[in-house]
Amino acid sequence: MPNRKPRPAAAAGLAAGLLAALAFGSALGGAPALAQTRADVVVGMALEPPHLDPTAGAAAAIKEVTYANLYEPLTRVDAEGNVVPALARTWTVSEDGLTYRFTLRSGAKFHDGSVCDSADVKFSLDRARATDSVNAQKAYFASIAAVETPDPGTVVVTLSRPDGLFLFHMASGDAAIVAPESASTNKQKPVGTGPFKFDRWVAGDRVVLVRNPDYDGPKPALERVSFRFISDPAAQVAALKAGDVDAFTLFSTYEALPEFRNDPKFTVTVGTTEGETILSTNNARKPFDDVRVRRAMAHAIDRKTLIEGVLYGNGAAIGSHFPPHRAGYVDLTGLYPYDPAKAKALLAEAGLPNGFDTTLRLPPPPYARRGGELVAAMLAEVGIRVKIEPMEWAAWLEKVFKGKDYDLSMIAHTEPLDIDVYGRADYYFNYRNDRFKALDEELNRTQDPAKRNALYGDQQRLLAEDAVNGFLFMLPSVTVQNAKLAGMWANRPIQANDVTGVSWK
Amino acid sequence: MLAFLLRRLLTLLLTAWLATVAVFAVLEAVPGDPALLMLGVNAQPDTLAALRAQMGLDRPMAERYLRWTAGLLRGDLGVSLTYARPVAGLVAERLVVTLPLALLSLAMSTLAAIPLGLLAAARRGRGGDWAVMGFAQLGVAMPSFWIAILLILLFSVTLGWFPAGGFPGWEAGVGPALKALLLPAVALAVPEAAILARVTRTAVLDTLGEDHIRTARAKGVGRAAVLLRHALPNALIPVATVLGLQLSFLVAGAVVVENVFTLPGLGRLLYQAIGQRDLIVVQGVVVVLAVFVVVVNALVDIACAMVDPRPRAS
Repeated sequence: MPNRKPRPAAAAGLAAGLLAALAFGSALGGAPALAQTRADVVVGMALEPPHLDPTAGAAAAIKEVTYANLYEPLTRVDAEGNVVPALARTWTVSEDGLTYRFTLRSGAKFHDGSVCDSADVKFSLDRARATDSVNAQKAYFASIAAVETPDPGTVVVTLSRPDGLFLFHMASGDAAIVAPESASTNKQKPVGTGPFKFDRWVAGDRVVLVRNPDYDGPKPALERVSFRFISDPAAQVAALKAGDVDAFTLFSTYEALPEFRNDPKFTVTVGTTEGETILSTNNARKPFDDVRVRRAMAHAIDRKTLIEGVLYGNGAAIGSHFPPHRAGYVDLTGLYPYDPAKAKALLAEAGLPNGFDTTLRLPPPPYARRGGELVAAMLAEVGIRVKIEPMEWAAWLEKVFKGKDYDLSMIAHTEPLDIDVYGRADYYFNYRNDRFKALDEELNRTQDPAKRNALYGDQQRLLAEDAVNGFLFMLPSVTVQNAKLAGMWANRPIQANDVTGVSWK
Repeated sequence: MLAFLLRRLLTLLLTAWLATVAVFAVLEAVPGDPALLMLGVNAQPDTLAALRAQMGLDRPMAERYLRWTAGLLRGDLGVSLTYARPVAGLVAERLVVTLPLALLSLAMSTLAAIPLGLLAAARRGRGGDWAVMGFAQLGVAMPSFWIAILLILLFSVTLGWFPAGGFPGWEAGVGPALKALLLPAVALAVPEAAILARVTRTAVLDTLGEDHIRTARAKGVGRAAVLLRHALPNALIPVATVLGLQLSFLVAGAVVVENVFTLPGLGRLLYQAIGQRDLIVVQGVVVVLAVFVVVVNALVDIACAMVDPRPRAS
């Protein structure tokens, strides 16, 4: 019998084989060739939409895939935040602000080939305001009294009360016009009237849209758009660097930005969003029912350090609940300058010379988790001892938002022009101020932009004087993209990734 | 043997039933309203009520549990609350990613670990043993997600050989799909291989000390033949048991690696569904995973029982 020795070489060979398999694997698929002019783009997003029907869900990701690309509302919001025509070519508003007459684009067609006319518009608006409606923004449609269709190209909407934001609300993704035949299946097979149509959804990975050859308006330069969903921050950076995604929107791994800024292959834009980030305060709970305590907290927070620590400097400070880029903004950031001594004095005046104990319930976004730590440390400086409680979304919504069971929280309010939430009696701030409500009603009666802005200014001042919440900063809209890509939106006036104007240089 | 198989089947059914009770009870107890999550912070109470009714969440708890389990018995996992699609389809769609991933990394770890473990046992106390055990120590200590990030940095970012994540789908062809699974499989395989190499080494060393090995050696059988023909087959029983455990772990525990590589696997589906309080999906996936684990363990037990008659008697 031959005396064979076990061969260690075999084991080494296996290990080498693994490496070889890696090298071989790279040849299997073949790297995507960089053609001179590409007609496709891959856009990275952090979260995957649960479904693709913007009229039946609040998840921002739904609108970030579908708004203006797949679906169109009557009016729409453009890159600068203006309300511009979409399915409605033109419109007129009656003197009393109660009747809106929309003239539709005559050539508009749904992706299934059917014509989009006034009956579809009536169906969509009536569906959104019906008793069994599951529209996340049903309140947007609350002022509608009747929708009439005198002819296929005309829609007349009668309001029960003047609504200064009606055209703005009709421009939201929630007001997208859908067809009765496809409304119930839009979640999985979206059918809209937009310049792109749905191609496929690789669940958990990407949604692919292709150019709609039958679109009646200007056709987009891109033939194909893929939205890739990558939630892990390290994976987002890697995907950009490996060229797997051409652009990443609402990029929040701010610490990686210097690296991308120094690389000529990439362009980094820092724009604005509608996300007012606040230290939500339960105004009904002791000791926060005392305005002096709330003002003391405002003096105790150093916004500059906070913005540096949370956003690496990429964000603007706010002094009330209104974005600085909007007309009507009043700069109130100087009302409560960072002054720990003053904060202590105010606390002493409120009968709390030794401070107090409280809890801060934080939702999952990194800005809240990071910001919460910093705010807690700043409040500790003036004697407010903060216990931090991290929560997941479902629990936060249930306990803090719905149950109003909290002292302090931190969250970005991302709906555009949402200062009106301070007028809602049942809102989770537990803030009640009749003057604010009166201003709100006046705003609804007012169409004139200058007068509206003056009223918004009064509201902002009122909220700042009452120090309702800790007004901290605006979330930035950071886009990291291939330097050769043009036409990506820098700002986020509405939840959208409008790629209809994107092209390769 | 028949009694043994019946016992295993009974255990399987009991475990599956316990899994349904446990997952249902836990999801009832934790805070979170799927309708509120879906419609967000501006939803009106009447809209939330309408959606809850549409989802069937306005029914009493007992009724919902019975409805769900009755569906399960008919093989119907229900319809997802968020995706508005049958759960069975969602699970099947994700299994075609997770199962190949798990099998690929299982194959890699087995092919690497058994020869390495054998080598270490054969070279006990010498350089080869030290090298293998050093690798094993390192492999056990490094978490998969960290290995994953290192692999991405080297093979995707620096060398550009592989995509940094994502999955093109099998319809894009076997090549690109396998290519997308290779790095995640390696990341999962390394810690598994490390554990398996140690188990193999110990098992082989244990067997080498037994009487029949001494007899074989005394009869003049060579070192290599003793190792491969006499020691290895006996050592494979503990190795197979660990392998079975590992397969369950690979399928259920791929959540982290799937997230790093953004692979649309079962783990990621479960993770997303928990976040969205998609009760129907969470319940379905957990039951599928529980049944999978029990079945794999049963198969390993049966395989071992066929090789070694002792467990059958108990």
